[in-house]
Amino acid sequence: MTPPQAPRRMHLAAHFPGVNNTTVWAVPPAGPTTTPAGGAARRPPHFGSQIDFASFEHLARVAERGLFDFFFLAEGLRLREHKGRIHDLDVVGRPESLTVLAALAAVTERLGLAATVSATFNEPYELARRLASLDHLSGGRAAWNVVTSSDAFTGENFRRGGYLQHAERYARAAEFVATARELWDSWTPEGVPRPFAHHGRHFRVSGEFDVPRPPQGHPVVIQAGDSGEGREFAAAAADVVFSRHGTLDEGRAFFADVKRRLAAYGRAPGDLKIMPGVTHVLGDTAAEAQERAAEIRRQQVSPQTALLTLEQVWGRDLSSYDPDGPLPAVDPDPGGEVSHGRVRHHDRLAVAARWRALSEAKGLSIRQTVIETTGRQSFIGTPRQVADEMARFVAAEAADGFILVPHLTPGGLDEFVDRVVPLLQERGAFRTEYSGPTLRDHLGLARPRERT
Amino acid sequence: MPEPTRPLHLAVALDRVGTYDAGAYVRAARLAERGRLDFVTLGDSFGPPRRGAGRLDAVGVLARVAPVTERIGLVPTVTTTHTEPFHVSSSLATLDWVSRGRAGWTVAVSLGEDEARHFGRRPAPTAEAAWREADAVADVVARLWDSWEDDAEIRDVATGRFVDRDKLHYVDFQGPGFGVRGPSIVPRPPQGHPVIAVEAGAGPSREAAARHADVVFVRAEHAGDARRVRAVRDDLRRRARDNGRDLAGGGRIVVLASLPVALYAAADAVALADLVGDWYADGVADGFHFRPRDPDRDLALLVDGTVPVLQHRGLLRAFYPGGTLREHLCLPRPANRYAFAKETA
Repeated sequence: MTPPQAPRRMHLAAHFPGVNNTTVWAVPPAGPTTTPAGGAARRPPHFGSQIDFASFEHLARVAERGLFDFFFLAEGLRLREHKGRIHDLDVVGRPESLTVLAALAAVTERLGLAATVSATFNEPYELARRLASLDHLSGGRAAWNVVTSSDAFTGENFRRGGYLQHAERYARAAEFVATARELWDSWTPEGVPRPFAHHGRHFRVSGEFDVPRPPQGHPVVIQAGDSGEGREFAAAAADVVFSRHGTLDEGRAFFADVKRRLAAYGRAPGDLKIMPGVTHVLGDTAAEAQERAAEIRRQQVSPQTALLTLEQVWGRDLSSYDPDGPLPAVDPDPGGEVSHGRVRHHDRLAVAARWRALSEAKGLSIRQTVIETTGRQSFIGTPRQVADEMARFVAAEAADGFILVPHLTPGGLDEFVDRVVPLLQERGAFRTEYSGPTLRDHLGLARPRERT
Repeated sequence: MPEPTRPLHLAVALDRVGTYDAGAYVRAARLAERGRLDFVTLGDSFGPPRRGAGRLDAVGVLARVAPVTERIGLVPTVTTTHTEPFHVSSSLATLDWVSRGRAGWTVAVSLGEDEARHFGRRPAPTAEAAWREADAVADVVARLWDSWEDDAEIRDVATGRFVDRDKLHYVDFQGPGFGVRGPSIVPRPPQGHPVIAVEAGAGPSREAAARHADVVFVRAEHAGDARRVRAVRDDLRRRARDNGRDLAGGGRIVVLASLPVALYAAADAVALADLVGDWYADGVADGFHFRPRDPDRDLALLVDGTVPVLQHRGLLRAFYPGGTLREHLCLPRPANRYAFAKETA
């Protein structure tokens, strides 16, 4: 046994289960079910709306009951398309993040409120003002996940159209964040507005900001890209990285790489928190958890979703194939483009080769292959196993904490908060009370210094 | 108490510069709700602070108010000159979702060079150009609200489809200097369209009001302005009819006289009730939008003084008959233009 001497405390956040290929919207009709072992009747997972405010309120309140650092909302600026038509198999549609979070500020007291907002399709004065307003309205709990967009597809909804080269996106985002910080710093500590002027490559703005310095100084800045530019941007400008490295080894490599980059910007390793997005499945026994995990994967990958996923890899129409039959004999089209608004597969032939090998070795159908190769849950087990595994990731410096991505709306966090959080607290791996009112307090981040 | 034969609509402005704490706005909105007012407004602009006092984003403030109020309408100003129409549509639709059908939108423009410099993208437009654009933005925003039919979300397990994509519509809108493809990212709001309000001045805002507004504010400064307010009201109704609006049905316009108020004692509250009663009896306006000089003092006297007198005289209802702002204002829920177009095709 490892001695429980003051382990590193982890940070926890919750992602709203909305437009996402992990969200299960079609679970069997509500009704009492029993566990396979004949255990007590379990309440069926209730599935609710991804647009009604009640769902957001429930998840946020449960996250706050679990003393989470923050609640996280993703952004969409164009409905996703597949083969030239709106993608209809996952949840479609969502409310706008900053407005939902301002409302959630009314029904929570400590929980951090994180909005994903594009730095490509907004302007610094307006967005800095909305974020500063959220920070005031929530008493210092706002966070901004800075994302960039390069596709003309999304740009069709905006004045600018918005096509930028990949590297240019980050240059604009970095200048955007720097400009926002200038605006947040423009009032004196005594509450007197001072003029600002920013003349850069992407923005030429000047005048007076009309919101006093936010309670946190600056809202917390989150970054979620994984490219070299994204990592560098995080090291230079972010407080939290929302990473995607779910295994221990990948997590450690990413953690070391990003933390190593901090020194060049005069920052210490603790100034940037690395929080991978993770999924979890609990059971009373390890075997039951595995069974539930497999069932959830089947719910996440419907026959229709399996074919669609295959089409994204193959870059061609495969609608005539049987999802319960073998993989197509035809090769992927390396230049084929069937989807918009999603992450693309860059090495199609290699992915297809791996999938074929797996399918042949195990005799898997299309649907089984997709289930096996995509989106396996990060932590599966009894509450104690999951708590141990999460603590091990943090102790091994594969993460500073986690952003949980539940699969059910709105009940997807209930079980974790009731069953795992107490075990994390028991072993000293998670807080037992909020230490302060602001999100920076929760994350152990200093308030940025005033500019004189 | 007798019940009013036609509704008298009352609204109040919550504007208070230099207030950055949510509590003051929440208390004021709750007080207005206790007075059974139809809605509260909150102004906004991208202008610099005035005399050292700033203000918060109005949509954010009213979203913060929404969960801790139940019935009162929430009507922020959102300007159209420097914002993206797509964002305007999404944030107002979301305010309608988080308030369960109580959102409105006061359409306004940014004419100042100082505002233009804050964005650094274009010089300040003329009033004519800005309102021409606002007109187009109001148009595309309403189209985006309609771009989802109400029953687009089907959750059909058998076919694996979450939405019926035949009930989602591209808007393919081309306005002056912008285009929007659509559909909206936000499902159709509970009210169909949040209530659209415009302050009708003398210039080009009046035509935009006649075309798009459900509610029009006509500024008055004192009791002697009754004739002018009525003249504006008549002009608005004429223009609206010229635009093909059915004023007796779905195209109803609620004209509110927007009055500054400063109430120091109970007698002032009664005097205000007298003025409201007189103007209303004379058909000057369909109701009033009060602009308190001192938000704390004036709103309390308005709710505890003026409102009970109006109720006692049978001019004002004592309860909310419905749950949404459209219901308070006796405005029908708009049909969806895309669904309608399909039906008639």
